[in-house]
Amino acid sequence: MFDLIHRILGPFQSFMQQGGGGLLLPEMMLVLFAMGILLTDHLLEVRDKFFNALMAMLGVIFSAITLWQLRRVAEGGAVGFSHSLVVDPFFIFFGLIFLIATALVILLSVRYLQIEDENHGEYYALMLFATVGMMFMVSGYDLIVEFLGLETMALSFYVLAGFLRRDKRSNEGAVKYLLLGAFSSAILAYGFSILYGIGATANLSSTEGPLPPRTNLEVIQAAIEFRGHGDLLVILALVTVIAGMFFKIAAVPFHQWAPDVYEGAPTPITAYISVASKTASFAMLLRLLLTVFWPLRLDWAMLVAGVAIASLTIGNFAAITQTNVKRMLAYSSISHVGYILLGIVAAASSTLGFMTGMKGVAFYLFVYGFMTIGAFAVLIVLQRQGIIGDELDDLNGLYRRSPLSAAVLLIFMLSLAGIPPLAGFIGKYFILQALIETGHTRLALFGALYIVPALYYYFRIVAHAYLYEPGNAPSPVITLGQRISFAVLCFVTVAAGIYPEPFVKLATYSLFFPTTFSGH
Amino acid sequence: MEFYNTHILTVVLFTPLVGSLLLLFVPRDSENAHRVIGNLFAFLGFLVSLPLIWRFSLSPTADRYQFMENVDWIPSIGAHYSLGIDGISLCLVILTTLLGLISILSSWSAIKIRRKEYYLLFLLLQVGMLGVFMSLDFFLFYMFWEVMLVPMYFLIGVWGSDRRLYAAIKFFLYTLIGSVIMLLGILALYFKAGGGTFDIPTLLATASSFDTKTQVLLFWAFFFAFAIKVPMFPFHTWLPDAHTEAPTAGSVILAGVLLKMGTYGFIRFSLPLLPQDPAARHKIITIMLVVSVISILYGALVCMMQKDMKKLVAYSSVSHLGFCTLGIFALTPHGLSGSVIQQLNHGLSTGALFLLIGVLYERRHTRLISEFGGLSTPMPNFAAVYMIATLSSLGLPLLNGFIGEFMILRGTYEVSIKYAAWASIGIVLGAAYLLWLYQRVMFGPVTNPANEHMEDLNAREYATLIPLIILCFWIGIYPKPLIRVLERPVQQIVQQVNPGYYGAERAAAPAVNGEAAPAESPAGAAVPAMDSMPGMAMPANPGETPAPATEGKRP
Repeated sequence: MFDLIHRILGPFQSFMQQGGGGLLLPEMMLVLFAMGILLTDHLLEVRDKFFNALMAMLGVIFSAITLWQLRRVAEGGAVGFSHSLVVDPFFIFFGLIFLIATALVILLSVRYLQIEDENHGEYYALMLFATVGMMFMVSGYDLIVEFLGLETMALSFYVLAGFLRRDKRSNEGAVKYLLLGAFSSAILAYGFSILYGIGATANLSSTEGPLPPRTNLEVIQAAIEFRGHGDLLVILALVTVIAGMFFKIAAVPFHQWAPDVYEGAPTPITAYISVASKTASFAMLLRLLLTVFWPLRLDWAMLVAGVAIASLTIGNFAAITQTNVKRMLAYSSISHVGYILLGIVAAASSTLGFMTGMKGVAFYLFVYGFMTIGAFAVLIVLQRQGIIGDELDDLNGLYRRSPLSAAVLLIFMLSLAGIPPLAGFIGKYFILQALIETGHTRLALFGALYIVPALYYYFRIVAHAYLYEPGNAPSPVITLGQRISFAVLCFVTVAAGIYPEPFVKLATYSLFFPTTFSGH
Repeated sequence: MEFYNTHILTVVLFTPLVGSLLLLFVPRDSENAHRVIGNLFAFLGFLVSLPLIWRFSLSPTADRYQFMENVDWIPSIGAHYSLGIDGISLCLVILTTLLGLISILSSWSAIKIRRKEYYLLFLLLQVGMLGVFMSLDFFLFYMFWEVMLVPMYFLIGVWGSDRRLYAAIKFFLYTLIGSVIMLLGILALYFKAGGGTFDIPTLLATASSFDTKTQVLLFWAFFFAFAIKVPMFPFHTWLPDAHTEAPTAGSVILAGVLLKMGTYGFIRFSLPLLPQDPAARHKIITIMLVVSVISILYGALVCMMQKDMKKLVAYSSVSHLGFCTLGIFALTPHGLSGSVIQQLNHGLSTGALFLLIGVLYERRHTRLISEFGGLSTPMPNFAAVYMIATLSSLGLPLLNGFIGEFMILRGTYEVSIKYAAWASIGIVLGAAYLLWLYQRVMFGPVTNPANEHMEDLNAREYATLIPLIILCFWIGIYPKPLIRVLERPVQQIVQQVNPGYYGAERAAAPAVNGEAAPAESPAGAAVPAMDSMPGMAMPANPGETPAPATEGKRP
């Protein structure tokens, strides 16, 4: 009997120990639990559907535990699966963000799905699959793995965005997302194929041990370095890859899908897309820019700076006129992308700016997640039968109907606008600091001045919640899950503003690239 | 008590915060509790700030900044929780706690809705303002500077009058534009100085060794934040809206304290950041003086044609604050200490005027001048107090306004008679619009039947006004203690930014020991006092700023 078990588990054990399978544990946990949800879902009565959420939550918790245990390995920078996967602090940091975001969105989803009467297990399973995709996007050290991760995530999101089958806007958003997403994936795949071709020119004769495949990021980096600046093929690859990634992070001019998808998707999924999907795409973009395209940093820094300014401009000014809060937040998140891109520009400019800039980017992405989910969480609380609660007028007099949600709304709006002492301010502070440090005074001036229009539209929301008289809308009911997520979101937003030290340490930790790669 | 002795500034700073946190836990429907707690903590805040007055050391050997506290806050960027005050900040801190108490007391019956939030926000506002005057760390300073915008936005937006939404967001956005540019200035200063510290005295001391171009850029980066806050002439348009729409207590705090943050910023940051290069510096000084004079005259002229009493007083602030900036950028000890005194005066007399208008508004729910007339008949005591406040505001001798304006004009005269002459026209205009207002509202027969039976001041209103009136008389009759408090910081600043001033002084009076006589020298310390008046107009810094009045300026 024991022998039988051993014989079955033996290969598995050796795979986990020697084959590098341990590096996949966080992803494995998520997949296991997602499968579990799909299997048990149809056994559940309608009133027991919350069990799915519980299961998904457990999956996230187990995944987080394994992620935590990987941190030892990560310090040395573990590479597995013939150089196609890497577990380093960068991965741990972003994996943590994804898991936290997933957990918070699960907490916020339960009641939303009940009200919409779309309480299916697939919802949670798809969320977990999306998380797996994001994790591969960050840990992938190989073009194929990264692309697969990206597609896993994107496919899950196409379905999730259209999850409200009976809602026209949801369907419209999902179709737009699918078509434009597929288009951008094609562009990205084209860029990757060029990179694959370029990889053939790498001179790998000096490498010891088994040769890494031509899709490995470092191999391609070596090849690009070998080919030098002016190579047309390299530029073409750079432009197509960056364009594909800019679509995913919704940077101008690839942003048009965002407002429609944000508005149509179920609100928890809107929060999830705008935080987790964006963060994952940023992580992958960073991975590509900091490895493959690092030799070309002076070329792409200009490009990124232009896109950043365009994103800030269009995001901020388009947001001013919106009357739908979800659309407004969509545009505002485009402007946040602008800030983060400015941080990347600073990081690319000099070795001095690299640390500050990347610290700013990591810190910004971290707190951006919390405050954005927070803003959407308030909208989720407002939702009730037949009303999505995403129009500005739905917020009227919120202070009287629900002082708690009005108070947290104020915190998140102030933080998003960048008013001290909240997390958003510290994030913007680091970005501006990095820009000034690297001598990009003009970009810094742009970044700083765009705080002003941003404040204007964020305070339109605040004004509706505090200064307008409530209509006859009822007081929202806040469930326990929503209370817990409010507490977590508020705590981080306020704590990272008043005492940012531990969060700065966490952001700095993520920059520790211990891999064999030695570009900087 | 031990904690209080060692952390007196922290206690003063956070007493109101304790009050507002406590208010969070008071149930919404117990209305009286909110009022009582709000007033109690405002009073406590004033009480704990009083010992600062006698504990503040005037000895010339004392530290420049006293009651210092310094704790590491965000080591990764070098920000500290660092507090300390000198004579100038001391005056403004006391003004803040006093006006905070008075305006909270004045809201007792004026605020009828959402009292909980009102007192909570007001106390938060106190924390922000006190923090600005106490911070010795740029990061901390910026945080307080921004934080107080939020409660003020709500005070105007929730409890204001008809156009409150517009006024509130306008106030916020205007101030924010200046603030974000200042943030860049702070960052630039931080990096130019080598990074690692946000300590204000250190950074400002390093700033004097930068090249001229950087210094000029830094000056302008800081300029906008302060000029908008003061407000100086082209940046003033938020002020009439905000003052007019805010509730009475909000107007009192806005005029009394918030505007002083701008002038305080000019004194504390802009002056040390002035470029060392004489030509660049002269250019900046000229611009500042001209803009100040324009503010004085423009504010006064606009006052003449206002129909709304509150708006009139609001515009008079532009004019009065013009005097303050004029005194600051004269760069003479008299101008500078006169400016600080004028800032206090403005807080007291304009605060009193806003309170008085609030009294009328509470009774009649209008502020239009044409609605009133002959009020001295039904409200004689009100008319008397109003008279004192008016006279104090227009600068009648024996009242506080005179001292401030006199010292500023005297300091300006040392630089150029032109500016002084133009500014004194502003005083005449000030008398005109204030007295004309008084005449229209108070004198003559009661034309409007609604005014016939208006109640005179009640006990609580007396309680808010009497302290202000007493202080007005005190500063007007015996300003010496105030001048002594300001003596040392003013001297230090002038020595730093206008070293030629004392050089010329020494050359003119060889009796003073001719060697290097820095801050410690008691002879030097006596210079800015009022008694060394005659003969100082002529040798005004011929070496440092070459012929400022005659050549450098177009008419």
